[in-house]
Amino acid sequence: MASFEPFWGDFAVTTSPPKIPGTTPFDEVQARKGYALNKMCYSFNSAENRAEFVKDEEAYMRKYGLNAEQAAAIRSRQVLALLAAGGNVYYLAKFAGIFGLDVQDIGAQQTGMSKPEFQAKLRAAAGR
Amino acid sequence: MAKLVGGLGTSHIPAIGGAIHKGLQQDPYWKPFFDGYPPAQRWLAEVKPDVVVLFYNDHGLNFFLDKMPTFAVGAAPVYNNADEGWGIPTLPPFRGDLDLSWQVINTLVDQSFDITTCQELLIDHACTMPLKLFWPQGDCPVAIVPVCINTVQFPLPSAARVYALGRAVGAAIKSWDSDKKVAVIGSGGLSHQLDGARAGFINKEFDAQFLDSLVSNPEWATQFSIYELVEKTGTQGIELLMWLAMRAALTAASPCVRKLHSNYYIPISNTATGLIVLEAA
Repeated sequence: MASFEPFWGDFAVTTSPPKIPGTTPFDEVQARKGYALNKMCYSFNSAENRAEFVKDEEAYMRKYGLNAEQAAAIRSRQVLALLAAGGNVYYLAKFAGIFGLDVQDIGAQQTGMSKPEFQAKLRAAAGR
Repeated sequence: MAKLVGGLGTSHIPAIGGAIHKGLQQDPYWKPFFDGYPPAQRWLAEVKPDVVVLFYNDHGLNFFLDKMPTFAVGAAPVYNNADEGWGIPTLPPFRGDLDLSWQVINTLVDQSFDITTCQELLIDHACTMPLKLFWPQGDCPVAIVPVCINTVQFPLPSAARVYALGRAVGAAIKSWDSDKKVAVIGSGGLSHQLDGARAGFINKEFDAQFLDSLVSNPEWATQFSIYELVEKTGTQGIELLMWLAMRAALTAASPCVRKLHSNYYIPISNTATGLIVLEAA
């Protein structure tokens, strides 16, 4: 069989990753900050848990130990606030799903556009 | 020895599952997307792979942040889909191929990849949607070996590392003592961003360069760091890593590939969608 050199690559560590406008990579800082919030949102894979949250949001947030910033962000339904509180978009999408919001709804919300405006922005990227 | 017949890259989007369920393939919004698939379906019906190795990224169905493997390989006889939380229909289970799973696992560890081995693995839309798009009718005729690459929590593996992983998977397939035919699938991308003030970011020019590179210059994308790729393709555009692994696997079969088909359409949901079919030349 073919043999491969182990990949040794370049061990230089990037100490300060470049800033990308309007973008918060889910890195160590976010992962540490957002654990409780993300754990709660991960629980929304289960229909039973979604129902329990809808029945008593405050009790459900207490059960997962959300901090004040995270709880306020959940109450506000604002995705940018949820991201700032350490939320990861893959888990937040399950929270948005409870309200029937799709990714264009949350895209519009985060960019301060109406949904038709956001859809037009997407089409413009195609040159249409 | 097993035969590596070719590779396919496709986008995966939860809404595709809903569209298939509702039969919206010819709806004006969906038609330019679904119309890309029949040539891929016909090629697969012709070459009839027995097994596919499927590179994908889990979106918080099987893996949570409590334990987040960089690379995880399925070694299950059956893979179940499950509720992902937003109402897309759950699909029936998919068959695994334990012999190829362990061939891949043994080869990867031998080649210094410290993978996670999963004898149980829930597969999400990123793994199931390509199978429904490529084999829309009836039961899925292929067994699968899912290979999950972390795109959820940084640090993500570099493009160069993913390329090396793909090459090793290709070598595992080529050296598998079996008369089966194997295809590789990369599921993800192309450019898109769901989160942040830059949500809706799409980069048509970069996507075109990337698609071209897959044919004749497959290592092209490995020049970029993960942050450069996020900047150029969006926070979820980074899923192009799956396509890169797929393409790298094909290098084990042949020094060059033939592009049989491709499609590119903006937008489905927030995504620039892509499709490519590459035959081992």
